Amino acid sequence: MSFPILTALVLVPAAGSLTIAVLSERRAEWIKLVAVLVSVFTGAMSVWVLSSFETADAGFQFVSKHDWIKPWGISWHLGIDGISLFLVVLTGILFPLVIVGVDPHHDHKRYLAWLLLLEAGMMGSFLSLDLFVFFVFFEIVLVPMYFLIGGWGYEGRVYAATKFFLYTMVGSAFMLVGIVTTAVLARSNGVGHLTFDLVEIAENADFATSTGRWLFFAIAVAFAVKVPMFPVHTWLPDAHTQAPTGGSIILAGVMLKLGTYGLLRFGLYLFPEAARWSRPLWLTLAVIGIIYGAVAATMQKDLKRLVAYSSVAHLGFIVLGTFAFTSQAISGATMQMINHGLSTGALFLLVGMIYERRHTRQIAELKGIQKVAPIFAAGFMVVMLSSIGVPGLNGFIGEYLILIGSFLTARWWTVVAATGVILAALYLLWAYQRVFHGEPDEANRSFPELRAREAAILLPFIGLIVFTGVYPKPMLDRIEPAVDALITHVSEQTGYVAPDLPEPIVHEAAAETEGEEAQP
Amino acid sequence: MIAALEGPPIGWFDLSPLLVLLGAALVMLVVGALLPRWPRGLYAAFTATAAGATMVLAMVLWDDVSDQGARYLVGDAVTLDGFSMFATIAIAATVLLACLVTDDYLRREQLDGPEVYALYLTAGIGGIVMAMANDLVVLFLGLEVLSLSFYVLAASHRRRSAGQESAIKYFVLGGFASAFFLYGAALVYGGTGSVRYDEIVAAVNTTLLVERKDALVLAGVALLIVGLAFKVSAVPFHFWAPDVYQGAPTPVTAFMASAGKIGAFAAMLRVLTEALPQWRDDWRPVVWTIAVATLAVGSILAVVQTNVKRMLAYSSISHAGFILVGVEAAGHTAGEADPSGGVAASMLYLLLYAVLVMGTFAVVSLVGRTGDDQTDLDGFRGLGRTRPALALGMTVLLLAQAGVPLTSGFVAKFGVISAAVDQRSYAIAIVAMLASVIAAFLYLRIMVSMWIVDAEAGDDAREAVRTPLSTSLAVVLSVGFTLVVGFAPGWIVSAAEHATTIATAVAP
Repeated sequence: MSFPILTALVLVPAAGSLTIAVLSERRAEWIKLVAVLVSVFTGAMSVWVLSSFETADAGFQFVSKHDWIKPWGISWHLGIDGISLFLVVLTGILFPLVIVGVDPHHDHKRYLAWLLLLEAGMMGSFLSLDLFVFFVFFEIVLVPMYFLIGGWGYEGRVYAATKFFLYTMVGSAFMLVGIVTTAVLARSNGVGHLTFDLVEIAENADFATSTGRWLFFAIAVAFAVKVPMFPVHTWLPDAHTQAPTGGSIILAGVMLKLGTYGLLRFGLYLFPEAARWSRPLWLTLAVIGIIYGAVAATMQKDLKRLVAYSSVAHLGFIVLGTFAFTSQAISGATMQMINHGLSTGALFLLVGMIYERRHTRQIAELKGIQKVAPIFAAGFMVVMLSSIGVPGLNGFIGEYLILIGSFLTARWWTVVAATGVILAALYLLWAYQRVFHGEPDEANRSFPELRAREAAILLPFIGLIVFTGVYPKPMLDRIEPAVDALITHVSEQTGYVAPDLPEPIVHEAAAETEGEEAQP
Repeated sequence: MIAALEGPPIGWFDLSPLLVLLGAALVMLVVGALLPRWPRGLYAAFTATAAGATMVLAMVLWDDVSDQGARYLVGDAVTLDGFSMFATIAIAATVLLACLVTDDYLRREQLDGPEVYALYLTAGIGGIVMAMANDLVVLFLGLEVLSLSFYVLAASHRRRSAGQESAIKYFVLGGFASAFFLYGAALVYGGTGSVRYDEIVAAVNTTLLVERKDALVLAGVALLIVGLAFKVSAVPFHFWAPDVYQGAPTPVTAFMASAGKIGAFAAMLRVLTEALPQWRDDWRPVVWTIAVATLAVGSILAVVQTNVKRMLAYSSISHAGFILVGVEAAGHTAGEADPSGGVAASMLYLLLYAVLVMGTFAVVSLVGRTGDDQTDLDGFRGLGRTRPALALGMTVLLLAQAGVPLTSGFVAKFGVISAAVDQRSYAIAIVAMLASVIAAFLYLRIMVSMWIVDAEAGDDAREAVRTPLSTSLAVVLSVGFTLVVGFAPGWIVSAAEHATTIATAVAP
């Protein structure tokens, strides 16, 4: 048997967290060293997984499966496919950057221990192929994030942390009943024995139509809270705004993706019929989220809150793509999960730097920074443009794929959603204008330029943003087989046929216009 | 010619867990009263040893009954089976942990003496008898031994008036509950002609079902449920719990919340599923209603408290609701050859919760400081800074109570939820999970107080929280158990299922 690399991805950060917990508080350098080493090593492992990933293989790779709780049919089942691959890599890359680049200011030991525990939980959530194991990790990530927000956040942190914890837990309450019911009913509907194994249930179970719908909703409500979908999004602006910079980056970068990833993996894959059936609801909520998030972002006075609401809008796109049920849209949605993680993560990093310098996040108090800190402004500009979805940067690829794929099956929703792209340009450019343009006033005149250390943290973000924007092929090559397999699974289970892009029509139209031009 | 009075044959070894506890209690009372004070810690050590011996004996007997089969003892008054041995082990474990916590407590409060330990032992005997009983009268004896010990224990801190008040309250209300129970037992006897569980079942098969004149029995069942629901502090019979939990000395509160619940729930499970399975369609809706009310009221009222002991009292009410979910699940298949997981899930929940709540109250008893009265939320302020290890342990225990995965609390909840879902009781499963979310808020409040809230002026002037050895040991043991079961629950889940399968083999 080969080395269980995926198990190591979960256990190494967990072990690191434990190590830090037993180290003495006075050994500050050691603690930092352990945290950096562990997170870099985990990141390196995730990159190794990426490099040895079989591009064309649509199934789960690096699978490790062991019995865990035998009487309940629960197994430690981890695996990775094109959908989860980049989320794992993103997790592996974001954590070292956060650990190296963001200073919590106090109680380093506890902060780093929680962060590494969070990393273990995130890895576990993206890798697990057992409903129970997934739930365990899905729920366990709440604890470190709760303490990160509550312990190192800003003035309203206790309220925000509690709201975050309870909102997510309400969703989880339904999900737990949902997955237990799924396993119990699957036993008598095709699977034959009690198991929580995702693949086994998805391939063999044959639920009655209405049962499947109930189960789907019980499970999906937890993901809807996590995404967050309108109207259960209200925890997000609070949590994001009050969280420390590191927490915000992780929350936006990977944690929200638990919701969208979960919808794909445990919604569409497990209950294709119910997902197809409830499509209008999800598309409508996604579009409302896009427009509402954008409008709300426009009206924010607090820069961090603005970015938080922009997340609501961006994740609306991802949900739109997910429920469009075309290969392009789901590939775009999967890709957009990564893109949003990079660009919004970087935005939170930059907003954090602004706060470090000026101790305010109010847009009205910031002015003319471009004059005094041009490099900082340039970095902000690139990240912001990526978030808007300007061609040549990563955000464009994802949004374009989502829109083009959704247009085939959800035309009017896509038409409305497309205006969200314009609104994104509106609120981000306007914010940029207010913060960076103009003459700096007294307080902003001494705004320090980007430091080398900060630049070193920001550069990987920008590098990935540009690389993916210019050359998305390697990423799409790995995502698409898995997405196609998912679509095939949906087709097999529901008889749905995904439409192809109407390529011939595009050619004919082009030929006609050419002909028209040639005539006069 | 006078026939010699022949008692029933007694399997002395089969009763050894009870006899060890009884012997130890007598030693504590007699020797403790006659000899000068023993050296420090010896009372607790002796009691803990007796509890440990009980656990070992119970395990041996468990092994024995899994080979030889379950059997009735002492003229069919009590049952020796896996179920009762599981309960015995759980109760002995709580006695053991309670000794560790109480030793430091009593010496801090300068109350060291043998009485409390003797009462722990007798309460333990009561609980075990309740779990073993095969006879409503024997069950009543166990119930009274348990309750009387608790009444006295609640007042055992002689200088705290809150303790006296809580003892009186508990005594008066507990007396009512016992009366209800006894009346119920009498009515069941009137309806079926027996107080023995197996004979009640048999009586129904021969006579009652033919005529279906069971109004007497139904009234009896209702009153029995009232009596037992009082003991497990289920809504609407929960009013005593917050006052008594708050007033009683903290280690005693821990013991009541754990051993008391195990005994009462074990008795309830046995009475309902072994004596009254034919009425399961009558009592199951009642249990359902009580469970939902208990979950809702317990969690909602827990949130608005400011005293941690009171919070934990309401939270223990909410936990009782969870166990009732398991009882309800057991009700679907009561009396059938193939039992549902309800009984096993409830017993597992009881064991895991007992250890959890012991550890939690152990921390509370330390934070209460001398005088045992700083148990407000404020008393926990800054514990994360001054006693990080203790605060971390408490955090694990609180997260477990909230049902966060990788802790025993999650395993317990998962068990009862699966049992309920297995019987298609989806509504109650959802209610239970939502209640646990509400209750989570309460545990978060304690954590916020320990870790997040800033220190206030005067905090440094407060007496420091001391962490004496044996209480720390109790906390470490329960945290360790919580985590071990959280990460690797397979063995204990199998054990609970194994134990309860042996039990049902007895039922006719």
